[in-house]
Amino acid sequence: MDTVEKIVEDFASDIAMSSFSSGTRLRDMIRAIRACKTAAEERAVVRRECAAIRTAISENEPALRHRNMAKLMFIHMLGYPTHFAHMECLKLIAAAGYPEKRVGYLGLMLLLDERQEVLMLVTNSLKQDLNHPNQFIVGLALCALGNICSAEMARDLSPEVERLMRSREVNTKKKAALCSIRIVRKVPDLAENFMALAASLLKEKHHGVLISAIQLCTELCKASKDALEYLRKNCIEGLVRILRDVSNSSYAPEYDVSGIADPFLHIRVLKLMRILGQGDADCSEYMNDILAQVATKTDSNKNAGNAILYECVQTIMGIEATSGLRVLAINILGRFLSNRDNNIRYVALNMLMRAIAVDALAVQRHRTTILECVKDADASIRKRALELVFLLVNDTNVKPLTKELIDYLSIADPDFKGDLTSKICSIVEKFSQEKLWYLDQMFKVLSLAGNHVKDDVCHALIVVLSNASELQGYSVRSLYKALQAYGKQGSLVRVAVWCIGEYGEMLVNNVGMLDGEEKITVTESDAVDAVEIALNRHSADATTGAMCLVALLKLSSRFPSTSERVKQIVARNKENAVLELQQRSIEFSSIIQRHQSIRSSLLERMPVLDEASYLVKRATATQATISANKHAPTVAPGGLKLPNGVAKPTSAPLADLLDLSSDDAPASTTTSTTTPNDFLQDLLGIGGVSTSTAGVPSTASTDILMDLLSIGSSPLQNGTPGQESKPVHAVPEAIDLLGSLSSTTSVSAETKPTRLVSQGMDLLDGLSSSTSVSGLEKTVHPSITAFQSTTLKITFDLKRQPGNPRETTIHATFTNLTSSTYTDFIFQAAVPKFIQLKLDPASGNTVPANGNGSVTQGLSVTNNQQGQVYEDLHPLVPPFYLASIVYLFYWLEFNLLPYDVVYNC
Amino acid sequence: MIHFVLLISRQGKVRLTKWYTPYPQKQRSKVIKEISSLVLTRGPKLCNFVDWQGYRVVYKRYASLYFCMCIDPADNELETLQIIHHYVEILDRYFGNVCELDLIFNFHKAYFILDEILIAGELQESNKKAVLRLVTTQDALVEAAKEEASSLSNIIAQATK
Repeated sequence: MDTVEKIVEDFASDIAMSSFSSGTRLRDMIRAIRACKTAAEERAVVRRECAAIRTAISENEPALRHRNMAKLMFIHMLGYPTHFAHMECLKLIAAAGYPEKRVGYLGLMLLLDERQEVLMLVTNSLKQDLNHPNQFIVGLALCALGNICSAEMARDLSPEVERLMRSREVNTKKKAALCSIRIVRKVPDLAENFMALAASLLKEKHHGVLISAIQLCTELCKASKDALEYLRKNCIEGLVRILRDVSNSSYAPEYDVSGIADPFLHIRVLKLMRILGQGDADCSEYMNDILAQVATKTDSNKNAGNAILYECVQTIMGIEATSGLRVLAINILGRFLSNRDNNIRYVALNMLMRAIAVDALAVQRHRTTILECVKDADASIRKRALELVFLLVNDTNVKPLTKELIDYLSIADPDFKGDLTSKICSIVEKFSQEKLWYLDQMFKVLSLAGNHVKDDVCHALIVVLSNASELQGYSVRSLYKALQAYGKQGSLVRVAVWCIGEYGEMLVNNVGMLDGEEKITVTESDAVDAVEIALNRHSADATTGAMCLVALLKLSSRFPSTSERVKQIVARNKENAVLELQQRSIEFSSIIQRHQSIRSSLLERMPVLDEASYLVKRATATQATISANKHAPTVAPGGLKLPNGVAKPTSAPLADLLDLSSDDAPASTTTSTTTPNDFLQDLLGIGGVSTSTAGVPSTASTDILMDLLSIGSSPLQNGTPGQESKPVHAVPEAIDLLGSLSSTTSVSAETKPTRLVSQGMDLLDGLSSSTSVSGLEKTVHPSITAFQSTTLKITFDLKRQPGNPRETTIHATFTNLTSSTYTDFIFQAAVPKFIQLKLDPASGNTVPANGNGSVTQGLSVTNNQQGQVYEDLHPLVPPFYLASIVYLFYWLEFNLLPYDVVYNC
Repeated sequence: MIHFVLLISRQGKVRLTKWYTPYPQKQRSKVIKEISSLVLTRGPKLCNFVDWQGYRVVYKRYASLYFCMCIDPADNELETLQIIHHYVEILDRYFGNVCELDLIFNFHKAYFILDEILIAGELQESNKKAVLRLVTTQDALVEAAKEEASSLSNIIAQATK
């Protein structure tokens, strides 16, 4: 198959060479891809196109650049890698023309996201475009910034965006307002800068600006308490006015949606009102009238109207509304619930779930309708309704509700049975007032959906059974009957088999009959039959098999007459492929055959299980899983709540580190040196597991930089043991700590974090130079040529700050080696996230030709993860390491060679 | 907030993706797979909302295309549906009776229009005409630049003859 595929591909690419040059039009490429009949063909076409584009990129043809970018976007959408085009986006954005910029920004938003380091290089272009006279170019930049900016970019460009919010163009104003939403999300500290501006935009007439400004206000309220207070004071009147105007406005064709003027604006105002009115009686009071008006006057025949009513009800429920208004809202919900449109019913259920906290009684009134929704044909509605029912259950209604749910269980969708079963089980466990009722319900659930009942539920049931001595006879008989009828339900079989094994004689002799219970006649061999059938039917499930064997063994002792038969059945499993069953079989056979004397005492009934201790155990187990679940989303990379960008410079690297350490045991003590106490504890917590103490976060090995670092620091690891054995430069406590990481000296570590810091430093210094403390004081290194080509030379003079060992100042000197003068020379540098870079202004922007004079510029680099990178800035390290470390790319812009020279040192 | 917008054809082909919350590349294709299997399998008369990983996906089918938007559970689902419709109406007016092929060959146009409707996952403009006007003005800018470039190259070509 493979060879055929390959031949086809080769053939295709042969043709391609002739017919597809890099000059194919976008349309032709899409057509060619659509014409492909197999995935292999498509891959071939894409590969060919990508090859052509790569060539074009390396040949640097600006004319085809935006066409190639458009192609790459299409290819990207098909799911192929397009990382080689990232720099092309930057070049297009840096171009002067509008068409290039439009495509460039689109590519930027599609192909890149805020976590790519390349993105930092675009900051400067964005800044220029934000200051562009053409409003559409400003619009492009704002749009890109609003969709993908990172925390760093947000900080850098927020002044520009603030300024643009005061622009005269409505288009710019609304985009800037939305862009600020992203900025505030990334850096909540900036919220205060925007609140006055946002409030002033609410006086505008243009709906786009209003919608954007209202959304910005909403975001500001979430981000900062001060902003919330400020907006409460300053814009509640304005909001009421906007809502009144829009809901009273006569027909306006441009905003009309099925007879309603601008439902979007309605909804956004209502949402902001909810936030402002929450817990504030005065604000709420002020809104009452207009809310009542919207709730009564809005037409509920179309989706747009219903969307407004839905939002309005939410707002009424959320604020301190009058009781009259609440009744109005609940009535609207009632109407929603009886609506025939599934969407409306879905949101009604959703809303009732929130309303339950405000007015539980009113929601209870709709119980029957909600129960009907549990049986709906639509899975989304069923799920919602079931969750709602779960919230509605209380001591008085638990019996009828459970009956309804269990009745439905028999006809429920197979997909839905799991959810339904677990909800019924937890309702029954939580609200049972009498044991008999509990057992009855559980038996029903086991019979109808035994395959969906979780192990812990079965276990809890067995614990209850073993404690209820007066109900054991009844239970074993009920289970026996159920087993005859529903022998395929896994959990039912387990519980029933266990009961028959334990209480077999009660089954046969009808012991402990309850009032009104029917007598059944079961012989001793019937009981054995039942277990044998279960064993044969569920032979694939080792646990059930094992339980059956135990039950049989117990029966052989309870009913001596069946002993011989049991022996045969047990013996059949002597060659079972499952080790557990085989072993049990052999051992049990020998008990039956050879240990008659001890058998009866060995196979006595189980002692009563301790209910209280089991409940405690179960509660802690579930709690642990809940906390694990809660913890997971914050740690797991790739979820929606990503550690995106650096929201707060101090905390984000910390979170990163925590992330690392939770994934991988060998975290480094060197990283811990700079971080605060609480993290230290964390690290030490895992330190108990980890053995390597001076490693480097090795999980990020895909990152080139990290690779480099780990090369640079590998001697560190080797050096560590030696360090530990040298008491000369080690602080005693720290040695203690390192020596006994595996034991529990975390307390001493917590109390002396500062010592640990100095030890961390010592460790590293001891490697490069064997003087420990003096190493810190050594501040100046000789200068290094960081970069040299035929056109440009960059040298770095390095200096450590004596007081702050994390900071290194670099004095960069740029010398022009060509014969023409560089004008508008700008030096930019990007650094990895854990390093902070501060660029001082350059001494000039003109570099004279032929090395006659040079431009100098100061940089200061602060290493937040200190200890690794910082120490790598050592004179013994070859210069290219240094360049790689301070670097990511140097993007040099020359007037001579517009935006084309991208040095990737 | 809208976390992402997806356009998926009935066959499960992706026609447009827009992410307002960062997802790594691998995650993106996983998300797309999950959403398509969720949405494409639902019957025609059912409601337009699906719960997905603690978020809510609002979708609507127009001809052969499913428009999906992922929102927070606290957001207004009915309004999101209206936003989808808003987008579709604008597409329809822009292309003149839009069909799937328009969106395949002019996918970039679909993105340009979306960028005039949503920024940072929030609504930007409720006026359809305003959106259309902005997009067409910008199209005109591109056309003008193109003409200028071609007339320039004509002049150069004639001069170098």
